[in-house]
Amino acid sequence: MLHFLKSKTSKKVFVFLFIISLAPTLILAAQNKEKGIKIGMVTDVGGINDQSFNQSAWEGLKRAKTELSIKVSYQESKQDADYASNLETLTDAKNDLIWGIGFKMGDKILAAAKQNPKQKYAIIDVAFEKTPANLIGVLFKSEEPCFLVGYIAGKMSKTGTIGFVGGIKVPLIQVFQYAYMAGAKYANPKIKIIDQYAESFTDAAKGKAMANQMFKQGADIIFAAAGSVGDGVIEAAKEQNRMAIGVDRDQNSLAPDNVITSAMKRVDNAIFNIAKDLQKGIFKGGTTITYSLKDGGVDIAPTTSKHVPASILKEVDKLKTNIISGKLIAPTKESEYNKFLKVHKL
Amino acid sequence: MIINNKNKLKNIFFVLLSILMGFIIAAFVLKVGGFDPFEAYKIMFLGIFSKFSYISYTIIKSTPIILTGLSVAFAFKTGLFNIGAEGQFIAGATATAVAGYFLNFPSFIQIPTILLIGALAAALWGGLAGFLKSKFNIHEVISTIMLNWIALYLQNYIVMLPGFRKPDTEASYDINASGSITILEDWKYSEVGVAFTDAHQFIGDFLRPPFNAGIFIALIAAIIIYYILNKTTLGYELKAVGFNKHAAEYGGINVRRKMITSMAISGALAGLAGSLHVMGVSKNISILATMEGYGFDGIAVALIGSNSPIGCVLSGFLFGGLKYSGAKIQSAMEAPSEVINIMIGVIVFFMAIPKLFKIISEFKLKKKDGRGE
Repeated sequence: MLHFLKSKTSKKVFVFLFIISLAPTLILAAQNKEKGIKIGMVTDVGGINDQSFNQSAWEGLKRAKTELSIKVSYQESKQDADYASNLETLTDAKNDLIWGIGFKMGDKILAAAKQNPKQKYAIIDVAFEKTPANLIGVLFKSEEPCFLVGYIAGKMSKTGTIGFVGGIKVPLIQVFQYAYMAGAKYANPKIKIIDQYAESFTDAAKGKAMANQMFKQGADIIFAAAGSVGDGVIEAAKEQNRMAIGVDRDQNSLAPDNVITSAMKRVDNAIFNIAKDLQKGIFKGGTTITYSLKDGGVDIAPTTSKHVPASILKEVDKLKTNIISGKLIAPTKESEYNKFLKVHKL
Repeated sequence: MIINNKNKLKNIFFVLLSILMGFIIAAFVLKVGGFDPFEAYKIMFLGIFSKFSYISYTIIKSTPIILTGLSVAFAFKTGLFNIGAEGQFIAGATATAVAGYFLNFPSFIQIPTILLIGALAAALWGGLAGFLKSKFNIHEVISTIMLNWIALYLQNYIVMLPGFRKPDTEASYDINASGSITILEDWKYSEVGVAFTDAHQFIGDFLRPPFNAGIFIALIAAIIIYYILNKTTLGYELKAVGFNKHAAEYGGINVRRKMITSMAISGALAGLAGSLHVMGVSKNISILATMEGYGFDGIAVALIGSNSPIGCVLSGFLFGGLKYSGAKIQSAMEAPSEVINIMIGVIVFFMAIPKLFKIISEFKLKKKDGRGE
């Protein structure tokens, strides 16, 4: 053996053979199938720790793992170009259900669903015109919690001026704006609302600059529906000792003294519920499922009681029952907002 | 000639040895992170070779970094450190996306036209850094880093322009179909195509990802760069500037102009990567939150490929494969991306230092021959 290694060419051959010999062992070790269902999710470019819906989605899957003993996994996307290949990776991993998190993946998941008719898919924040039978679209009535946090802002503001920072001016985000504004006016008809769009979901520095500008103009509470731009808004509130309202998740942990409430989209609940159904053999493919206050799919953050007095919370609870019963309808666009003001004489 | 061949073999041996070392050390990293390295490598290996569509994806993901690798390597040869491949990639992608949407010729004119527009825009972007260096002596590392960010925000601005932005999205309109280089794109979704790919699993698998002609253009570019560097006066002059600026100037070479030329060609290569990405894979450009990293990966590719065009092609495939298959460990083993990045980083680090092994062995050889230092 040693003699063999002395020759230089043999050494090379030896190393080469060593590498080659690894290959078959790797191939032979076939995957063994396990019982129980498997669910995987593909994050968008925000990643698994985005303080927002990707993280919330993963929390929902982790809960499914502990409570329902479902096998779960995630695959992060680094670039937009990764969506299709990541969806394929999870498809080949024989998941029973694959989640796409966020509307950016809409086209890709639709294509994947058409290519693999036997594979079940679901996606957050997308409603398709024609949903294939193996795909579920999940929507949230974000106007409901936004109306509630707007109401809280209207009651809590001491200066009589509040702010709204949006991500990009798309209908999905304008829902947040008009519901929030309606809630604030409903609480205090004289309130002044400054609204502005960052034209970005990621530029935290811009969010901070915009928030500081609004604080200068007299606003004391700002609601940001703008992804990571909102992190900048919360940071500004922390530095200036003003108030901010979080979005999607309970963002109180980012600034415990300043984030008074959050308009939560319980992506985790939606994902958990659909996992639970799937385990029972129910899958509502081909449909769009809408979550609202009624089923706990949206809500205001549980930490709200830390900063908001009980008297206001009581009024909020009353509004909640009115919204659930359909007596009060939160507006989702400008025309509905103007109508809302007229109807309620604000 | 014999000595040369022997040296070449030796080089290849050192490269293989360092790759093996990289995988062994990375295995320890995985072990420390609490993941079974054999399982991880198995997933990576199967993740590239067990299906035709995986091979197809590996090629698709390798295409842009082969080109950005070539871009960085080319500038290196002239003694310039082009960190701006990222920005030049963006410049190429943006120009091609704009041209691809607003122009609409038949394919055989459209494809070369928008490809050239992308490469040209990126050549200007890279040449600008070369110009700043030659005219005002601003170091190209500084200027290209800044130009990267300017390119990023310029793209974000252009994407949002009304008439180009697809309403209610963060992306532009798709380029016209005549500019697409995705192979058999219409056919594979047509009824005949679906029937054919169903019957022929292998071909169907291979075509399922957006497999495109980009890789062929990248390979042609590598050959052209090899030719320019080794067979032309321009290549000779550029390399002379890289070896010794002052000697080159003394020898009658216009060093300043050569710097601009080198950066422009380097930029065009990176821009080509961006253009091909738009034409073959993404079809549009969207708001970028951060750099996507195609240009920065190119630096690693150039280093591993020891700045030679052929080396860049091979290391581009290796690096592309590592990145594509490494990501698969995440869902299979629940490994956070940090662990995966460290693993890939360790492997790349070792791959980039075969020179170290060479130096050690030469040192030992000298000792054995009794020549000492």
